[in-house]
Amino acid sequence: MAKKQGFEAHLEALEKIVGELEAGDLPLDDSLARYKQGVTHLKSCYDLLRDAESAVKKLVRGADGELTEEPFESEGT
Amino acid sequence: MPPRIYTVSQIQAHVRHILEEQGSVWVEGEISGHRRYPSGHHYFTLKDEGAQLSAVLWRSTAQRLRFELEEGLLVRARGTLTVYEVRGNYQMVVDGVEPVGQGPLQVRFEQMRRRLEEEGLFDPAHKVPLPPYPLRIALITSPAGAAVRDLITVARRRWPAVELVVVPVKVQGEGAAGEIAEAIRLADARGFDVLIVGRGGGSLEDLWAFNEEVVARAIFAAETPIVSAVGHEVDFTISDFVADLRAPTPSAAAEAVVPDRAAVRGWLDERKVRLSRALRAKVDDLAARLREIEASRAFRDPLDPVRRREQILDVVAGRLTRAFGDRLTRRRADLDRHAGRLDALSPLRVLARGYSVTQLLGRPLLRAADARPGDRLTTTLADGEISSTVTMVGHGEEAGL
Repeated sequence: MAKKQGFEAHLEALEKIVGELEAGDLPLDDSLARYKQGVTHLKSCYDLLRDAESAVKKLVRGADGELTEEPFESEGT
Repeated sequence: MPPRIYTVSQIQAHVRHILEEQGSVWVEGEISGHRRYPSGHHYFTLKDEGAQLSAVLWRSTAQRLRFELEEGLLVRARGTLTVYEVRGNYQMVVDGVEPVGQGPLQVRFEQMRRRLEEEGLFDPAHKVPLPPYPLRIALITSPAGAAVRDLITVARRRWPAVELVVVPVKVQGEGAAGEIAEAIRLADARGFDVLIVGRGGGSLEDLWAFNEEVVARAIFAAETPIVSAVGHEVDFTISDFVADLRAPTPSAAAEAVVPDRAAVRGWLDERKVRLSRALRAKVDDLAARLREIEASRAFRDPLDPVRRREQILDVVAGRLTRAFGDRLTRRRADLDRHAGRLDALSPLRVLARGYSVTQLLGRPLLRAADARPGDRLTTTLADGEISSTVTMVGHGEEAGL
């Protein structure tokens, strides 16, 4: 959940910064600072996009009744 | 021959025997006056335009029914005719019922749909929007078959990093609905972003588990957003109505739930360009303003204002100098003129013309009457002085003046 919110938060922050910069009302110092923040958000987003393929798992109930996630292999048809 | 006399019990037993000899019969009629007793037995009347027939359906039979008996439903009932001796009436003991004109599951589906809708389980107000970027998704479905493969394939093609957890369940047959409902509860408690509940296509019977009330209630109770993806596009199930979103097929569910990474990347690329362009525009704007300032007169000739002021100063100074000079000249002329007059009035000049000044005791002697014989006078002339003594003092005419 935190990861998802992070991604969404980055996207929202980025959109806001682009809007502010495009409005052109900020002084140069602030513009530069916002630009740097924007680049940071962009980088975080691209990093999340580049994440390696995650393995598919399956939820199984062990002998003790505890639920665990194990690698999933399609059992075919 | 005297008539044979029966007891009431005998005659009822006789009638009962005759009726029961008919064996199993099918009767078509509309259900009327339906009552279900706490015992679980159902009592109703089958009727048509002209007649009616009492019927009873024991609890054991009712439990096997695939739909619910309800007022006005046209059915074909199978059963045996018998006599309820205590009351003296006859009735049909029903051991099977089928709706007329539609399948029992269709009837049951409609009944369930209506009941749960009235209860508010399909109310849009209860539906939760799907998170735009879910990264952990539970797939509650059969671990075998095309549906789970389609879900996995489509989801990972769209966003490889998405975390998929299959929650294996039986999707048809005995116990399937219970397993699905339990899996929904388990997954709901494990912090997934979205649950996808579904299976591939099949007959109405095959999909039936997704029409069961336990599944509907589990979906309704879950906090996690749930997508229902059962069968094909044409198949509608109760779970579709209760879920936060109905997807026409399992692969459509994956498309609806998992964002397309390429689209997100495109969105990011566009923002990246706009971010740089906006900053560049800011810098360009400032540079243009700077050039404008540089091009201005003040910058091109910064001493100009100073020179302008110097020029003014020169003018003022000139005027001052001239004004002062004029006054000086005038004063000098005045002085010359006064000096001339002074010179003209100088007693020496008077004396030079032949006049003299006579003093008595150091003071000019202005009237003859002031002098007495014997006074000593000093007379100043242009070139010296003469001392004399008064011998006589005359007046006016006497003196010949």
